[in-house]
Amino acid sequence: MVVPALRLHGVGKLFGEFRALDAIEMTVAAGTIHSILGENGAGKTTLMNILYGLYQPDEGEVEVFGQTVSIPSPRAALDHGIGMIHQHFMLVDTLSVVENIILGLPGQGMRLSLDEHSSKIDALSRRYGFDVNLHAPVWTLPMGMRQRVEILKALYREARIIIFDEPTSILAPQEVDGLLRGLRRLREEGKTVVLITHKLEEVAAVADRITVMRSGRVVAEQDVAGLEKSDMARMMVGRDVALSSYDVERPDPGPVVLEARGLAARNSHGALALKAVSFELRAGEIFGIAGVDGNGQSELAEVLTGILRPEGGTLTLNGADILPMTIDQRRHDAKISSIPEDRQHTGLVLDLSVWQNAALRDFRRQPFSLRGWLKPTRMRDIAADWVKRYDVRLRSLNQAVRFLSGGNQQKLIFAREIEARPAVMVVMQPTKGVDVGAIELIQRAILKARAEGVAIVYISTELEHILAVADRVAVICGGQFTGMLPRAEATVERIGSLMAGISETPEAP
Amino acid sequence: MIRLVATLYALRTVWALCIAFALGALLMLFSGGNPLAAYSALINGAFLDYWGISGTLVKMSPILLAGLAVILSLRGGLLNLGVEGQIYMGGLFSSIVALYVTGLPTTLHLILAILSGALAGGAWGMIAGVLKAKRGVNEVIVTLLLNFVAINLVSYFAGGPMMQDGAPYPYSEEIPEGLFLPIILPMTDAHFGVVLGLLIAILLWVLLRSSTLGFSLDLVGRNPQAARYAGVDVGRAVILTMFLSGALGGLAGSFEVLGLKHRLYHLFSAGFGFDGIVVAFMAQLNPLMSVIAAFFLSGLKSGALMMQRAIGLESTVVDAVIGIVIICVAASQAFTFKADQWRAWFARRQRLNAALAVQSQEAK
Repeated sequence: MVVPALRLHGVGKLFGEFRALDAIEMTVAAGTIHSILGENGAGKTTLMNILYGLYQPDEGEVEVFGQTVSIPSPRAALDHGIGMIHQHFMLVDTLSVVENIILGLPGQGMRLSLDEHSSKIDALSRRYGFDVNLHAPVWTLPMGMRQRVEILKALYREARIIIFDEPTSILAPQEVDGLLRGLRRLREEGKTVVLITHKLEEVAAVADRITVMRSGRVVAEQDVAGLEKSDMARMMVGRDVALSSYDVERPDPGPVVLEARGLAARNSHGALALKAVSFELRAGEIFGIAGVDGNGQSELAEVLTGILRPEGGTLTLNGADILPMTIDQRRHDAKISSIPEDRQHTGLVLDLSVWQNAALRDFRRQPFSLRGWLKPTRMRDIAADWVKRYDVRLRSLNQAVRFLSGGNQQKLIFAREIEARPAVMVVMQPTKGVDVGAIELIQRAILKARAEGVAIVYISTELEHILAVADRVAVICGGQFTGMLPRAEATVERIGSLMAGISETPEAP
Repeated sequence: MIRLVATLYALRTVWALCIAFALGALLMLFSGGNPLAAYSALINGAFLDYWGISGTLVKMSPILLAGLAVILSLRGGLLNLGVEGQIYMGGLFSSIVALYVTGLPTTLHLILAILSGALAGGAWGMIAGVLKAKRGVNEVIVTLLLNFVAINLVSYFAGGPMMQDGAPYPYSEEIPEGLFLPIILPMTDAHFGVVLGLLIAILLWVLLRSSTLGFSLDLVGRNPQAARYAGVDVGRAVILTMFLSGALGGLAGSFEVLGLKHRLYHLFSAGFGFDGIVVAFMAQLNPLMSVIAAFFLSGLKSGALMMQRAIGLESTVVDAVIGIVIICVAASQAFTFKADQWRAWFARRQRLNAALAVQSQEAK
């Protein structure tokens, strides 16, 4: 029997009460590319941090090439032949490639023999086909080259198993092809590659076998051969989708409120992340947008709320162009509310109190202030009322929101954004990292807003949550809608294949 | 128990001062001075007699305003290291208006002189604000370097176009006597500037605490991303913060000229802009606390001379003592109070005690 490169047996990890990993079983055969697939928060990164010695498992065993090991530190991981290519590179920008590769290399003594090392590294890079100018300072290199430096770093330390954490997330499309070629080359040379990703094309292109994770558990481990991308998508988002879990009245939607035509926008790296997105949104309608994370959802939400200026397209509210409006005007004149993706850094100011955060959206308006002066008593009264009605659990209104749990922070944001009586609400990943009780409360609040005639855009990567509330579901992939389905036709199978980028002709809206 | 720790923590500036004075005493012992005599001379000379207090108040006027300037910038998430330069620009423009604008009623002339000092300081600070907001240039470096430009501009004007005929030293003509700020302690130099500084401190406290403008500056300072999401124009807030902060520095310079010097001297500010940084940190960015901090630091500076005379020490030793005070206070700000951590420690101790109690009972 061939000894596997890596075998995990019953590995578990707890963060406080939260079970990040639960009885993980996984076997990675030597000399293969093994992909770990899963949504954000599924536990992939936690698992890899255990393998690289950054976390210690609370239970279970790790075997490397047949030996049971404990990995107390990254250095120990390297001693066992495990190297890791982090999502954010660990390089010193001002040093040259060679200097970066030998930085911290054990057994160098007091002498720095750059020439000797550089000829060895040169030979290594030729063997694997990773051409890099060894004497260039790292800051002059494009991202793809820097990644090669990281790979060479691991190879030079004689890593036999190399873990890649979301390696393509910062690469340009043509660099991705180069990386995938490099991964195949590593396999040819007998290295074992563990590829963490949520991009299905890459998995289909290079991986031999996949392990699919969901909420800290392994849900499937299969060979890639004979597997469709849509199957992978379905395994990732889960089969057990409960449709229509809320028995509330659903009045018919009203007239069209918001109309987007051909919206396009660049992300902060300058890449075109949103390409020609069009939709209509009616009053009293929940428009769900599903898709694998990082396919233009954030950019769409930012364009709608005015944080990001689009490159092209139009956006009208009741027929009036709202693109020239500032963020403040969109919030108050156009009455657009927003639940941001990152509630801790965008939606709240963590060090301010609950009542101050409750006023964050409208503190320059009545009744929170009058002629430029805040009205703290009114602010507290309003916050106290919201806290009661939205079941925000806290010790005191003066408590900094930092000390509230994720679910309670989210409930406070919902109270603030719904009580502003918006015409349109842009809701982004509202249930991420929130406990089950809070999810139900949040979804009921969304449905109540819908019944009151608010037009709602509901963006989420959690398909079951979208299907529980949305009237209509669009799937976004690579910055455009690959399909738009009414609720009755939105089956997991169809959405799964749309998420994988297999386009259907969008139905006439 | 937690409350006791919290109280001790709230008083950390006081502890820092005690430690600093103890270290200073050691330093004086090594240099052959009597620390008790030195400290009593310091306290007498700075706070306990009429002339001492007046000397302290004279220094407090610019130090307090500079402290407020730094506090305002830090509350808005910026660090204005250019208060010294803003003091010089304020002094320069106040002198120009005082000397060359004529034919105005005295009160109006005085107000105009003060306002132009504030505006000049504000404009000088705003340069860094605009560069930061439009181009992302680091405001710390810009403000710091603009200090040298401002100081040398004043040297040029005081020693060139504005220099009094036959003056032995670069200074301008005296400003009209009607424009002198009133004296608040008869027979001394203590002028009205410190009272205005006190009023501005209160105003700033109210502004930061309960105005929408103050709240939005605070938001930008704490979390610019959330401020932007809440609809605050972050770029405008940065420019405004730097303008207001610079204007406070400009006022400090204006009051120095109109209240004390009555002429534009070259090098007229003895690093008051930098003392403002110390005040801001000692006051933990609270404008009201900055009054106490500024009073204390001014006293230290004006009493230093007495201290030096009382024990006959080199002035460098006295400077070193002041330096130790500043370092200790700054270091004390680095501590943060984590109630949960302390609670966990106390809980652990209680568990240990309980375990010991059980053990000793079993032993019986």
